[in-house]
Amino acid sequence: MTHNSMIQFSNVVKQFRRNKVLKEIDLTIDRGQRVALVGSNGAGKTTLIRCLMGEYKYHGNITIDGQNPRHFREQVLSKVGFVPQLPPPLRMPVGQLIRFAASLCNANPKQMIKVAAQLGFDALAFNRQPFVKLSGGQKQKLLIAIALGRDSQLLVMDEPAANLDPDARHILFKLLAEKKQSAAMLISSHRLDEVASLVNRVVEMDQGTIVLDDEVADLVDMTSQLACTIRMIQHEEAFSRALTEWGFHPAPDDNKVWHGQVAGPDRLRFLGMISRYAALLAGIKMNEITSSQIEAEHVA
Amino acid sequence: MKHLWLTAYNDIIESLRARWFIVYSLVFGSIVVILFAFGLSESRIMGFTGLSRILVTYIQLTMAILPIFVLITTVRSVAGDREAGVFEYMLSLPVSLAAWFWGRFFGRFFVVFLPVVLAMLGAVIWGVFKGGAIPWELFIYYTCLLMSLAWCFLGIGMLISTLARSSDVAQGAAFIVWLTLLLFLDLILLGIMIQDDLPANIAVAIALVNPLQVFRTATMMLFDPQLVLLGPTAYVILDNFSQAGYIIYAIFYPMAFGTICAGMGYFIFKRSDLP
Repeated sequence: MTHNSMIQFSNVVKQFRRNKVLKEIDLTIDRGQRVALVGSNGAGKTTLIRCLMGEYKYHGNITIDGQNPRHFREQVLSKVGFVPQLPPPLRMPVGQLIRFAASLCNANPKQMIKVAAQLGFDALAFNRQPFVKLSGGQKQKLLIAIALGRDSQLLVMDEPAANLDPDARHILFKLLAEKKQSAAMLISSHRLDEVASLVNRVVEMDQGTIVLDDEVADLVDMTSQLACTIRMIQHEEAFSRALTEWGFHPAPDDNKVWHGQVAGPDRLRFLGMISRYAALLAGIKMNEITSSQIEAEHVA
Repeated sequence: MKHLWLTAYNDIIESLRARWFIVYSLVFGSIVVILFAFGLSESRIMGFTGLSRILVTYIQLTMAILPIFVLITTVRSVAGDREAGVFEYMLSLPVSLAAWFWGRFFGRFFVVFLPVVLAMLGAVIWGVFKGGAIPWELFIYYTCLLMSLAWCFLGIGMLISTLARSSDVAQGAAFIVWLTLLLFLDLILLGIMIQDDLPANIAVAIALVNPLQVFRTATMMLFDPQLVLLGPTAYVILDNFSQAGYIIYAIFYPMAFGTICAGMGYFIFKRSDLP
């Protein structure tokens, strides 16, 4: 274990009856590392996360800051912010969920409400609304707010940006950027392009083993944005709808030209969307706007 | 302790919004309303009339409904929560497994007991309104017995929920447990077993171990102190326990049974995969 290492998996094996889901996993994650855990369905990502959270029993050893999450649940989990892929169908009201989580984590519920507001979800307005009745995006924002609105040193997130609108995704990237020096992050996804720009290390799993463990260039400023202009050969409804979902607007005098902004870490995802309409594309321009420019723009 | 009460409170809030709780409350409320509507308080049986008559009938009906209701709703919601990912998320928060498990147990107990006792209280308030005599002794005794019965089946439900990995299996197991206990409630079956050379002591022991039978005998004891309805078994019970002793046994044994079941459930829960 290196001096800075936070998470240590040593020879971890998880078996469900005869089915070996994790096979002798050895993995070390340092503080400040942002790890993409990728792999197809059934690769063992969720099982690995559940073992890390102390929810599954296993053979081998897992430690977070030297403590076993199974034996020191409260101490270990008080440092971990978790965002599941599928929000749980909780019937309790939003306010109650925030108070419950904050109380267990010794956190300030106002901080969670503040993060939710930053993500575009007014938790106070939905205070009495049952959690289960929120939309997919609202649930996701609230769960992220609960995870980030406290003093988490490890963030474990399963496709955290999947249900978020582009603005909320940009805020999420900014919030993650604020945590990047003090916390380790483990971001699970079955598609690398969803999370590639968020991370500086990629761990790929297949059939219970780690098949790739690679550092990636950490060049993307997580708080940056790209000013984009898209020109279409001809106006197309589906393409326009997809751009609208990304917060783009057509030029006032020409509905074939669209302007908008894309969060820096979202560029691969955005280009992935654009590639589906490649035949309609007449031109594309992307210029990075720095954090200071964005701030100046906001002030203006 | 703080986490335990937080979890209990949370479970109460969750349950109060659940459909099963509405149905459950309606069932017990409706029983009391129907008993009044059919003029049962005016009828007389074995010397019981008025509110006492209502309570005697109510508790007989409750014995048939409460155990299966508690079992099914507990296993459905606990095992269902596990399947739906509620455990995965809630247990990612820094709560101890003891606080989580027992918090849910206490919260659930409050929720399953509340409608039963509220229905009885409703009957008493109606009795006061009508100017009838209130059988407080009977009310307190029955409240204790119902509390004990609810606790017992909640404990069994928590054990089944821990053992079964899906809500379908949990429901099936709960139903089988209830049917088995119901089967041994049948004195005819016990009689046949005795006829087939089962020692009488074992038959009596089976009756004393079965929480449903214990509850049933205890409720009988109030309007039939000599347990004439039970036949020769009454001698064993009254000789070994005395009336007061049996009442104490009938209150504390099911509670102990439920606690042991829940304790076993907790033991298995904390040693197994949680979600």
